[in-house]
Amino acid sequence: MASSLPTLSRALPSSSSKPPSPLVPFPSPSLKITTSTPFIPSSISLSSRGASFAIPRATPASHGSGSDETLAKTTFHGLCFVLKDNIDTDQIIPADKATIFPSNQQERDEIASNALSGLPDFHTTRFVEPGEIKSKYSIIISGENFGCGSSREHAPVCLGAAGAKAVVAQTYARIFFRNSVATGEVFPLESEVRVCDECTTGDTVTIELRDSGGLLTNHTTGKQYKLKAIGDAGPVIDAGGIFAYARKVGMIPSPSVA
Amino acid sequence: MASAVISSSPFVCKSPAKDLGFSSFRKPSQISIHGCQKKSISRKIVSVMAPQRSSSTSGSVKTGMTMTEKILAKAAEKSHVVPGDNIWVNVDVLMTHDVCGPGAFGIFKREFGENAKVWDSEKIVVIPDHYIFTTDKRANRNVDIMREHCREQNIKYFYDITDLGDFRANPDYKGVCHVALAQEGHCRPGEVLLGTDSHTCTAGAFGQFATGIGNTDAGFVLGTGKILLKVPPTMRFILDGEMPSYLQAKDLILQIIGEISVAGATYKTMEFSGTTIESLTMEERMTLCNMVVEAGGKNGVIPPDATTFNYVENRTSVPFQPVYSDGNASFVADYRFDVSKLEPVVAKPHSPDNRALARECKDVKIDRVYIGSCTGGKTEDFMAAAKLFHAAGKQVKVPTFLVPATQKVWMDVYALPVPGAGGKTCAQIFEEAGCDTPTSPSCGACLGGPADTYARLNEPQVCVSTTNRNFPGRMGHKEGQIYLASPYTAAASALTGHVTDPREFLQ
Repeated sequence: MASSLPTLSRALPSSSSKPPSPLVPFPSPSLKITTSTPFIPSSISLSSRGASFAIPRATPASHGSGSDETLAKTTFHGLCFVLKDNIDTDQIIPADKATIFPSNQQERDEIASNALSGLPDFHTTRFVEPGEIKSKYSIIISGENFGCGSSREHAPVCLGAAGAKAVVAQTYARIFFRNSVATGEVFPLESEVRVCDECTTGDTVTIELRDSGGLLTNHTTGKQYKLKAIGDAGPVIDAGGIFAYARKVGMIPSPSVA
Repeated sequence: MASAVISSSPFVCKSPAKDLGFSSFRKPSQISIHGCQKKSISRKIVSVMAPQRSSSTSGSVKTGMTMTEKILAKAAEKSHVVPGDNIWVNVDVLMTHDVCGPGAFGIFKREFGENAKVWDSEKIVVIPDHYIFTTDKRANRNVDIMREHCREQNIKYFYDITDLGDFRANPDYKGVCHVALAQEGHCRPGEVLLGTDSHTCTAGAFGQFATGIGNTDAGFVLGTGKILLKVPPTMRFILDGEMPSYLQAKDLILQIIGEISVAGATYKTMEFSGTTIESLTMEERMTLCNMVVEAGGKNGVIPPDATTFNYVENRTSVPFQPVYSDGNASFVADYRFDVSKLEPVVAKPHSPDNRALARECKDVKIDRVYIGSCTGGKTEDFMAAAKLFHAAGKQVKVPTFLVPATQKVWMDVYALPVPGAGGKTCAQIFEEAGCDTPTSPSCGACLGGPADTYARLNEPQVCVSTTNRNFPGRMGHKEGQIYLASPYTAAASALTGHVTDPREFLQ
């Protein structure tokens, strides 16, 4: 019996607009839900251009309860890849790749190398170069209805496997958003304005998240944009995904320690 | 009936007496929702808020609930819920298929242990359907993996296939999951049905809450029988008027999606009612609810009635309890349509909301026609196509691919006489019209699939299809151009080699 909590779910705060978030703290009488999101407070140093950082995936059990720690700054930094509206799941990962089982590393690499390979050819810049597994872009910026279409988790999984850390979209399709939260593969953030019209693929950006929302800085253009505060999905993400959250609120038993 | 639009104030039609029919789009500017709310950059429909019907300013008076709210409340063992509530909901049926099943079970085992047992082996329905008739080893592997899981967990409903060379040699095999769920009696009013597929919303036609989820959520449900859900607000679509003989449910839903856009119902319920809805068969209702996800909808619902009960009771003896929206329930939007004024429509490449009148696309030359999928591959869909071919008495001008959704549909195509065709079956009519032979039932090329999938779009061709999505690359080739259409429109188009309004052959 696995004794550690899922490593799949990444406990990072995300920004999300209020209506679309599907998940919210379950008001369990036994749980004190703190408003400050529990996070691993590590100092992140910004590396040279091209690399990106995020707090390593949290496994709350292994870090103790951690629920009283206040949020330290979470930062993503790297090159951005810019898309427009209605990027559906088949563009993110062509449906014929759905036979891939991203549970082993080899297949995870394969699905990573195909991330965003469904984009039409007028997207002359590839997200992942042929022959590569990882993308040099760690942040995806998009318009409306990002991730529409299928419920296949391969969509957020391939992005995460390719090294994307966060998506900043104007709005999301609900299943994709929910799957991103559930898998922890990418952080689904929401912008307040149409950031995708003001950024260009290859711009260097930094995203800083805080309790109240976030800030996207485009170092190439010098502009900054507010990101929406995390809404209902916050406590689930903070807990480490739906399983960890369910354990936290007592909906499912915690794994017994061997 | 006034010829204006949905309403002069864009959203609300409160008094039935004054309801304005939605006429066909003679003047595009009549679509006032777009006109009033359209942003210069975005086509996004701003949240449509109808005034609350019964306000509870004091907070002590509870408003009535919509169908969806009632279903979720009951499933959460609560007396009352409102949109926005996050609740743990008991699941009645969980469906998965060959593509997502392995992942869902993998997560279930990882989280609950290698020896964990599913919450209820009789509430899980495993339906291989996506990538079946292919030599792709990984696709084949996925069906084998599901067989292992089902054996180990003693899953009662596993519609297995072992002989890929002849689907008929597999007595358990069904085909497309959403059609199979209905045909096998797994869809029942008042229940909560989840599936690892976006078109799980199809089952809302039965007056239940049905929506698509990912593998991680499914893994959670497998172990607990519960899911954390946020109660969605409901948009109401009232369709009245006699359905013209050349119009089908596919036209209705394309009409609606074209109206509200691919994100117009994001996170919301789409509730369909009205005299037209009441006149629809179950399969037509399924087509309607099937594409709710293409508008971003969380789920679709249709109030169950005698048509529903008749269908369900013929297929299952599991008791059910239908629910209906209260008279004083709150809806966030109200749309009314006078169906008698609608015309056949298509969704042009590359978006399901890129609506156009079929007759206005008559100059679009096409390369092929595809009739199949959960959206347009059911028995009645083939009956409709056959009826048009028979009425026309001509041969198709382009390759016309027929992919029955399930074994049962395939058998109906070969066995049932088409009304008005002198005893001929669909299969006979299709053969006489020069269509391809109906192929093995599965999801087929609706979503492209492995390279050897029958009818896959491997070249940048123009295809009229009865399927549900036409984003770039959907059926295979990135430059393929897919026109979504009703079976009537698809059949008519096959006969002319151009996108064609079915009235050319049906009147």
